[in-house]
Amino acid sequence: MNLTLHIWRQKDARTKGKFVIYKVENVHEEMSFLEMLDILNEQLIAKNEDPVAFDHDCREGICGCCSLYINGRAHGPKRGITVCQLHMRHFKDGDSIWIEPWRARPFPVLKDLIVDRAPLDRIMQAGGYISARIGSAQDANTILIDHDTAESSMDAAACIGCGACVASCKNASAMLFVAAKVSHLGQLPQGKLEREKRVLAMIAQMDKEGFGGCTNTKACEAECPKEIKITHIARLNREFLRASVV
Amino acid sequence: MGWFIRTFYSSIGKKLIMALTGLFLCSFLSVHLMGNFQLFKNDGGAAFNHYSEFMSTNPLIRILEIGMVIGFALHIFDGIRLWLLNRSARPVGYAKNDAAANSTFFSRTMIYSGGIVFVFLAVHLKSFFVEHRVLGSELTMYQSVVQAFHDPVYSLFYVAALVLLGFHLNHGFQSAFQTLGMNHKKYTPLIKFLGLMFSILIPLGYATMPLYFLLTK
Repeated sequence: MNLTLHIWRQKDARTKGKFVIYKVENVHEEMSFLEMLDILNEQLIAKNEDPVAFDHDCREGICGCCSLYINGRAHGPKRGITVCQLHMRHFKDGDSIWIEPWRARPFPVLKDLIVDRAPLDRIMQAGGYISARIGSAQDANTILIDHDTAESSMDAAACIGCGACVASCKNASAMLFVAAKVSHLGQLPQGKLEREKRVLAMIAQMDKEGFGGCTNTKACEAECPKEIKITHIARLNREFLRASVV
Repeated sequence: MGWFIRTFYSSIGKKLIMALTGLFLCSFLSVHLMGNFQLFKNDGGAAFNHYSEFMSTNPLIRILEIGMVIGFALHIFDGIRLWLLNRSARPVGYAKNDAAANSTFFSRTMIYSGGIVFVFLAVHLKSFFVEHRVLGSELTMYQSVVQAFHDPVYSLFYVAALVLLGFHLNHGFQSAFQTLGMNHKKYTPLIKFLGLMFSILIPLGYATMPLYFLLTK
């Protein structure tokens, strides 16, 4: 199939960017979206032009690097996947595709489609860890966790920190990301010890980075490639209230 | 006091204020609607006038009135503050954004539905509160209602604003519980159902009043 791409090009963080139109021909429906961009870049390199910069790493849906806003949706039109898992069979010949970077004040564009997601790392550094010494590896099942709690914690632990929640939220809120981390660590016996300190520190850092607030539109839940639910945001709210008031 | 300010200054604290005041205002909507239904008693407005006299003179109600004004003020002030803050979190928007694919129209337009309800509130207070309690109108409250709703433009403005109130409640009611940390498969479907009913029945109940007086008196 032949496609027309409208791609955001920006030299660096300080330069103003703009959309540039590219034509790609002979795209196979078996290709992933990133492979289609690889072909475009090969064409650009052959013509001695600057290839389009985009983030990618694992190409199997677990690293969270491929942060592209495709046709108005984070990670494109399909639910529950990253861009590397988006295949060209979901597009048709002659389509126009708009490709933009994540847009949020805390995520400055570094080049073309690559944004700086360091704010998410700084939120993790503020409290997304367990500092209590739990000793060396011990026998299995010495710390008992009931099945439902383990499952709920694991659901939250699926977060890959891609930032699709921030990108798709109309307020550029990082609430689902923070909720996933607080919910993942705070439900387990090892993480429970620091739950109050953790939630207060992570929320304080989240606010400091300039993310917006949550207005419960659920856009994040719909666009999260790991389909993390906003029930975790409700838990984050409870944890915050508990740590602040109780 | 430090923890209090820190809590309500944070992004979650601001949401908590919206949720708590929002639910408080929902209780006001219910009470106000129930009282107003006395307009339909076929006694030339005697019951309604008696009720409005009670509401404006009873000391307990007057004290609660202060709470209501604070509730409105906090909800409006905090809502605008959050809106500005949230807007500033994305200075450069998307060229193409398919928001309808991941969220409801009602959830994305709270500031607009709320804004129109605020304009309505100002007009409504001018017509009834200011006329009677500040300027001391010679008409009874019932006569004022009949006179006001006799004007089709005024009545239809009420109905339009009530539709927007319904939009606002459609997202706001159930959203408040999520903000308060209440989201569970056991009771969230019930909250959502109650929210939908509330957002339909409350504006519908209010809309019967301008329509009744417009069409019958």
